[in-house]
Amino acid sequence: MAISWHDYPAEPHFDELIGPGGVPREGARAVARHLEQLGSQELAVRQKAAEAAVKGMGITFTVYHEAGGSIDRSWPLDVIPRVIDAKEWRGIEAGLRQRAMALNKFIDDIYHDQRIVRDGIFPLEYLADSVNFRKQCVGISPPLGVWAHVCGSDLVRGGDGTMYVLEDNLRVPSGVSYMLENRQVIKRVFPELFEENTILPVDDYPSQLYDMLRAIAPPGVERPEVVVLTPGIYNSAYFEHAYLAQQMGCELVEGRDLAVDEEDFVFMRTIDGWSKVDVIYRRIDDLFLDPEAFRADSTLGVPGLMRAWRAGKVALANAPGAGVADDKLVYTFVPAMIKYYLGEEAILPNVPSFLCADPKQREYVLANLANLVVKPTNESGGYGMLMGPKSTEAERKEFAGLVRGNPRNYIAQPVVQISTTPTLIDDHLEPRHVDLRPFILSGADVQVTTGGLTRVAMRKGSLVVNSSQGGGSKDTWIVDGTS
Amino acid sequence: MLSRVADNLYWLARYLERAENLARLVEVNASLMLDLPKELAPGWQPLITITGAQDLFNERARDTSERAVVRFVVADEKNPGSMVASLACAREIARTIRDILPREVWEQVNELHLYVNEHAAEAISKRTRHAFLRHVTRGVQTITGMLEGIVNEGPALWFMAIGRSIERADMTSRFVDVRAVGMLPVHGSPLRPFATIQWMSVLRSLSAYHMYRLKTRQRVYPAGVVSFLLADDDFPRACVCSLRRAEEVLARLPNSARLLRRLSRVRRAISRTRFETLSPEALHGFIDRLQRALARTDDDVARTYFRGELTLARRGATQAQSAG
Repeated sequence: MAISWHDYPAEPHFDELIGPGGVPREGARAVARHLEQLGSQELAVRQKAAEAAVKGMGITFTVYHEAGGSIDRSWPLDVIPRVIDAKEWRGIEAGLRQRAMALNKFIDDIYHDQRIVRDGIFPLEYLADSVNFRKQCVGISPPLGVWAHVCGSDLVRGGDGTMYVLEDNLRVPSGVSYMLENRQVIKRVFPELFEENTILPVDDYPSQLYDMLRAIAPPGVERPEVVVLTPGIYNSAYFEHAYLAQQMGCELVEGRDLAVDEEDFVFMRTIDGWSKVDVIYRRIDDLFLDPEAFRADSTLGVPGLMRAWRAGKVALANAPGAGVADDKLVYTFVPAMIKYYLGEEAILPNVPSFLCADPKQREYVLANLANLVVKPTNESGGYGMLMGPKSTEAERKEFAGLVRGNPRNYIAQPVVQISTTPTLIDDHLEPRHVDLRPFILSGADVQVTTGGLTRVAMRKGSLVVNSSQGGGSKDTWIVDGTS
Repeated sequence: MLSRVADNLYWLARYLERAENLARLVEVNASLMLDLPKELAPGWQPLITITGAQDLFNERARDTSERAVVRFVVADEKNPGSMVASLACAREIARTIRDILPREVWEQVNELHLYVNEHAAEAISKRTRHAFLRHVTRGVQTITGMLEGIVNEGPALWFMAIGRSIERADMTSRFVDVRAVGMLPVHGSPLRPFATIQWMSVLRSLSAYHMYRLKTRQRVYPAGVVSFLLADDDFPRACVCSLRRAEEVLARLPNSARLLRRLSRVRRAISRTRFETLSPEALHGFIDRLQRALARTDDDVARTYFRGELTLARRGATQAQSAG
């Protein structure tokens, strides 16, 4: 069946591919025309091919089973790409770079002089209550002054077409391997589109990551040994840990493979004996990193690792304590931070937010729960939220209690009418809501992935894009229409 | 190579080999039960003895009926030595080292695990048993063949070869211990007319019958079979041949001198033994010592390559390096 964009129900949301009147947007014209010509039956064939490729390449993610075990599932990928015009992307990229620089300056400041607090921009009491502030990190100066080496920021486009930052993930953000693998699959499925269009490549990421990791090695180490530290196969992002290690040509280690000696050097256990490690790309949360410094019951970590890091004998990416800025309350201060540290206006706006910690704003939130999204400040993955418009009276009552009991722990935002993009549902295209997670690498310089991982809520009307809750993904194309 | 990865490869090979040996064990016992008159048939108890899981079996089953034993050995997830448990472990391990193994190998391990999980009940029914067990044996042999065929020569292949060799030597010695020691001819015993069938079955359980005939050019007789299975230089499942393979591979790994000395001592002790002269008790004692030596070897491999502590010696070496 042929596709006609005039019949595609893009309204009432902002659609990424199709503008008002069924006219494709800037940068998307060639793609839209091509999809039209292919028709929906052929698209369904390509979807099957993509699913077979995902299975064959072993691209999986782990879902925890209720029974206690975990299962490996094939990664869900919708073949219809999400397209962004290169001109627009350059602006977004600049905004993300600016943001990562300000966030790193903030973290470094917080663990040193706290100028931003003394200058009255960021209130001290918010810091005191932060669950991700690590007193063990105070006074430490990691190489290059960088703490959040890898940042994954979630972007959503509102009904007016504006791209907003929804949150910044500065602890152990995941998803980049799927961005890379999605591209591999889609290249196989739509080779003709890649020939005809200038779709900017994404595959530099593993080498950029590796270069960044080498750049943060302790001074004086000429050929640093870089490893990826994973919690193990039961972690939902294990596929990614193994993938990145393999792509960078590094060892994938677990905590039990490492040990710290009395001179604070870190070693990994190999069949030739113990071998020194200089840089650790860790994908284990702070609190599990080192039972000597944090949770004593952690079996995932390495006793003495914090000692080695503090002594400057090993580099950790991301640095412990970087999560202090990965907090939705701190998030509301990012535009102010950009101004304070960089003297610039924020290029990418935040979603307008209300701080429940502030009595006046709290009263507004409590009076308008039915129209707001209430989020805990320290959760990720969409857990523990209240979606006001879809909530019941009982849920709102429960949340009012939660907010009053611990106001520091909540912020509220108006519901963003997030944008949609055409998605293959059975044998035809329907609009589905999408977000975008680009990744920002900070080392000697700051680099942004070309596009990022687009996640899509596969259920009609749903805004939940998490793969653990029925979300899918798309390849993200930054299309240069000028060449 | 990381010690943990080497450890995983070693155990992956052991678990796969174990699954294959269990399939052989059940298959041969079943055919023996058909060939022997009821009053002479060994029953199913020997399988429990061979796998060394008597206590657990007593907890898990009421009697030593065919059904109970086969279920325990093949399909009982709670028996860590069962076929399903071995393949579940192999599959979990293969998953953690997917970056080391070729995709086909991982897929074959995964498929075999899924097959056994779904079809284990077929081992219990006489009608479907043979096809099921053959699928398992072939499945493991396919993996072994793939490893030979498409994996680079190097530590990954070597650690798997060591694991496979040690598991084989261990299982073969158990087969001989349980099946042979109990059957050694006792003068005037009514077993006599059926002895040949039983000894042939011991050979067949290890796919050794044909090779025995080719190599020894002799009829099947007790000391000949015992000597072939334990001491033959060329039959791949024989203890001596397995141990020699392990030695060849170990010689290419670092820090193996001590291990090699111990292993070749064990191997030479088997080669020197004249099995015709041993009484059943002496043979049992010999195999007992052999199994303890294999357990020590397993421990030595682990200590040398998998579990070394970060010691003062290591720190000394770092200092020496920085001083030099």
